[in-house]
Amino acid sequence: MEFVFALAIGVMSGSGIYLLLRPRTFQVIMGLSLLSYAVNLFIFGMGRLRSGAAPVLDTVRGADPALYTDPVPQALVLTAIVIGFAVTALLLVVLLAARGLTGTDHVDGREPERE
Amino acid sequence: MELLLLLFLPFLGSLCAAFLPSNARNAEAWLAGVVSLAATAIAVSLYPQVALEGVVRLNLPWAPALGLGISLRMDGFAWLFALLVTGMGTLVVIYARYYMSPSDPVPRFFSFFLAFMGAMLGVVLSGHLIQMVMFWEMTSLSSFMLIAYWHHRSEARRGARMALIVTGSGGLALFGGVLLLGHIAGGYDLDRVLAAGPLIQAHPWYPTVLTLVALGALTKSAQFPFHFWLPHAMSAPTPVSAYLHSATMVKAGVFLLARLWPVLAGTDAWFWIVGGAGLCSLVLAGYLAMFQQDMKGVLAYSTISHLGLITLLLGMNSELALVAAVFHIANHATFKASLFMAAGIVDHETGTRDLGRLSGLARAMPLTAALAIVAAAAMAGVPLLNGFLSKEMFFAETVFLDRPDWQRIALPLAATLAGIFSVAYSLRLIQRVFLGELARDLPHAPHEPTRWMLLPSALLVTACVLVGVVPELIVGPYLRTATGAILGADAPAYSLAIWHGINTPLLMSLVALGGGVLLHGAFLVRRQETTVPLLETIDGRQLFDALLKGLTTGAARMLLGLSSPRLQMQLLLVFAVALGGALLLTRPFGIGWGARPPQPLDPAFALLWVVGGACAIGVAWQAKYHRFAAIAFAGGAGLATSLTFVWFSAPDLALTQLTVEVVTTVLILLGLRWLPRRDERIAGPGGASPSLRRSRDILLAGACGLGLSALVYAVLTRPVVDGIAHFFVANALPLGGGLNVVNVILVDFRGFDTFGEITVLGIVALTVYALLRRFRPAPESIPLPRQQHEQDGQPSRCHQDALLPSGAMMLPAVLVRLLLPLAMLASLFFLLRGHNAPGGGFVGGLILATAVILQYIVGGTLWVESRLRIHPLYWIAIGLLLAAVAGIGGALAGTPFLTSQAWHGMLPLVGEVHLSSVLLFDLGVYMLVVGATVLMLVAIAHQSLRSHHHKAATGGAR
Repeated sequence: MEFVFALAIGVMSGSGIYLLLRPRTFQVIMGLSLLSYAVNLFIFGMGRLRSGAAPVLDTVRGADPALYTDPVPQALVLTAIVIGFAVTALLLVVLLAARGLTGTDHVDGREPERE
Repeated sequence: MELLLLLFLPFLGSLCAAFLPSNARNAEAWLAGVVSLAATAIAVSLYPQVALEGVVRLNLPWAPALGLGISLRMDGFAWLFALLVTGMGTLVVIYARYYMSPSDPVPRFFSFFLAFMGAMLGVVLSGHLIQMVMFWEMTSLSSFMLIAYWHHRSEARRGARMALIVTGSGGLALFGGVLLLGHIAGGYDLDRVLAAGPLIQAHPWYPTVLTLVALGALTKSAQFPFHFWLPHAMSAPTPVSAYLHSATMVKAGVFLLARLWPVLAGTDAWFWIVGGAGLCSLVLAGYLAMFQQDMKGVLAYSTISHLGLITLLLGMNSELALVAAVFHIANHATFKASLFMAAGIVDHETGTRDLGRLSGLARAMPLTAALAIVAAAAMAGVPLLNGFLSKEMFFAETVFLDRPDWQRIALPLAATLAGIFSVAYSLRLIQRVFLGELARDLPHAPHEPTRWMLLPSALLVTACVLVGVVPELIVGPYLRTATGAILGADAPAYSLAIWHGINTPLLMSLVALGGGVLLHGAFLVRRQETTVPLLETIDGRQLFDALLKGLTTGAARMLLGLSSPRLQMQLLLVFAVALGGALLLTRPFGIGWGARPPQPLDPAFALLWVVGGACAIGVAWQAKYHRFAAIAFAGGAGLATSLTFVWFSAPDLALTQLTVEVVTTVLILLGLRWLPRRDERIAGPGGASPSLRRSRDILLAGACGLGLSALVYAVLTRPVVDGIAHFFVANALPLGGGLNVVNVILVDFRGFDTFGEITVLGIVALTVYALLRRFRPAPESIPLPRQQHEQDGQPSRCHQDALLPSGAMMLPAVLVRLLLPLAMLASLFFLLRGHNAPGGGFVGGLILATAVILQYIVGGTLWVESRLRIHPLYWIAIGLLLAAVAGIGGALAGTPFLTSQAWHGMLPLVGEVHLSSVLLFDLGVYMLVVGATVLMLVAIAHQSLRSHHHKAATGGAR
């Protein structure tokens, strides 16, 4: 399981980084969104992977910490997901405005010179 | 207490002055006048205390743990300066009232004027070195504002910029010097530093400290080689020149040198650096002053020269020289300010300050001329005036200098030469402006100004004469208090008499007077050229400009060499460096797999990520030409992420990820419409061939991905580290009263973080909204997109009045409308159960926002908004307020901010009820998430409406 999880993060971050290196703003925004999936999974994974141990206390089983997975990375990632959405929205608007102002969707705000 | 009042009164006045209407000339002048007069009165009233106790102190602790506070300290020397600043300020305010023209915006003038006065008092009264540097910089800034007061004139802007750059960088050097000084002395308190003199001089950093402090002082006092800014600062209004650039601000440098004299002086380095700069300024500026054509130019160079005299005195390492320096500071302020006022009056009444055009004004304005002649005589050092006394003390010091022989001969000669220059330029100024035939072709016919304009100048000239005739009576005790404050018990005995018998200094004075008159009569009086002989080619401004230009072009060139203007290249470097750094770190530490046994692989999970990984690669592959496909693929990857959260015991994350996925997709879909069309026929750009660059990027991205994989795997195979999880799990129920630990962390334990995060969310939403209000789409995306046109040959938009759209959208519309109340219910359900089961404010808010945005998608913006007015801005505001109220509730109960308060009891009819401030907080989160999400989505959706308006306005052109 761990191996697949690690590989999944690798594939998503690799695709994300490749897109970040591309010249068009849309590619960059998609890359950022892939990279944020990967990073969220990464932080989440720091609490180690366990199935069937959601940190919702069971009144029967009691509050023994060993019974539940680590809630701290989850709390961190939860707000990160929402903030990630806000940043995507901001970036989208900025790139739309840049496209309107400069007339191009190149990340540098102008088309590169052709040879 | 009086000290605090003295310091803050001008700042308070400055604040008031800034808000008066721009035509309130009299109100402004009264305000500034009363403030300065009150400050003067406070300063005067403090004298008995200063004379009796030596030092008056006030310490207000601010952050005592860091050793920070407001520390005010007034001794005799500071008192002298405080009186100079406030008293001179009062006189200049009166003068400025009549000098400024009705069309000038006076609030700005008096506001900065008073701010300067406060800053200068701060420099003088600070008992803490860093605090003093802060006020020091403040004087530079207010001086910049005042020089650039007439900012429509280019020379005013240039002069202000030059002054700021020179004095500002000097201030920076001073800051460095002061930091070192405090470090050596073991504290920044002035008393402590003053007591640490021998320690500092013996320290290996002493030369550095000295250089840095001298840089600060010499730039501020316009000393050679930084003197060039002062003549250019003369484009300021004349009251500013009289106040800042002759009497007070330029004296800050010599003030500092005198202040730190007991600590830094007494060494050879001090003699050469400080004394050398002073001597060069004294002679050079005196020489240049003889050839200026502008009245204020003469006065500016003469100011540099006199400040050079003071600096030289301070650099001579003798107590008597220090006394002479302090005496000359006061004397120079009186005669130079009154001369500046005279120059201003001449300019005001005749319209020019050009020495070539002015002549014979004594006939038209005898009072002004009389005052100016006396003041100029004081500047030249004529007996029975105050300038004579301090200059003779200076001559005496040069003669009795305790240095090797050649210096003892050279210095008196140089001093006499400077004295000759001083007499010559004073004489030239008076002769050109006031004597001879009355000039005819002046812009205005000259006449005497109003009495009030002459009054300040007259008071100053009276002071010159009184000090010159009966010095011991007028200034004796104050001078002794001032110098005693610096020198302590070592203060030497001296006599302030006019007549010391016939001795070398007197002879030098006579030679200077005679030589000056001779030089003027033989050479200057007939000279008509406007150039400076011998030193024509050396121009400080040109050097300064060239240096500045070299710096900026050099910086630009360096930036070009070290970085790329292309974002892609920058990102490539960032990732390459990150990868390289990580690889470097693995070498010493190794990155082996841990011993934690991995869980057995579930084929379903593997399959999930085969799909998820393919989706991720699909995004990378399709994002350029097939944006829609890329969005779909990204959704697939997000879904896989969400399922992974479920798989590994994170139901809250899965819910949030799922709902965020929906709104993100909607968001990007809304944005797609404004992006340019892109097809595969567009050739790639030049440079390295596209496929080569693509392979390079794939390699780098692959390596980064692989590295991350390895890192994750290495962590996951290691045992769990005992973190803070135990605390949260064990205390969620007893302290937080909730079963869902993640939610309890978010809204209770780490509620303050969440509060910050929702604030950020609100700010981002508002930013998006604000950016879109000024949105200018590219022209080719304004017409309706092809897809909206060609479907059924008509726009699929629902008419505003119809209940349901006709055609293909009818069925979805019915469904979506049914969905809205259900979604509302679901969102409330998730909100309320959040504390004990997966859910919470974030998830609930996103669900409601999705339901709302669905209405927009299916019904169209106009249709929805004619029926359902949601005000996302209010939702954001109320949400934030609710969260804050929930937090403050804790404060009311005497507990820290955001401590949860709960109430458990029975209500009639309802039954058992549990109410908690945590729920209120979560409700705030919920409302803010709804508001922010809807605001962003609706703001983008509204852009389509704008394009309709645009289309209608341009006649429906496609």
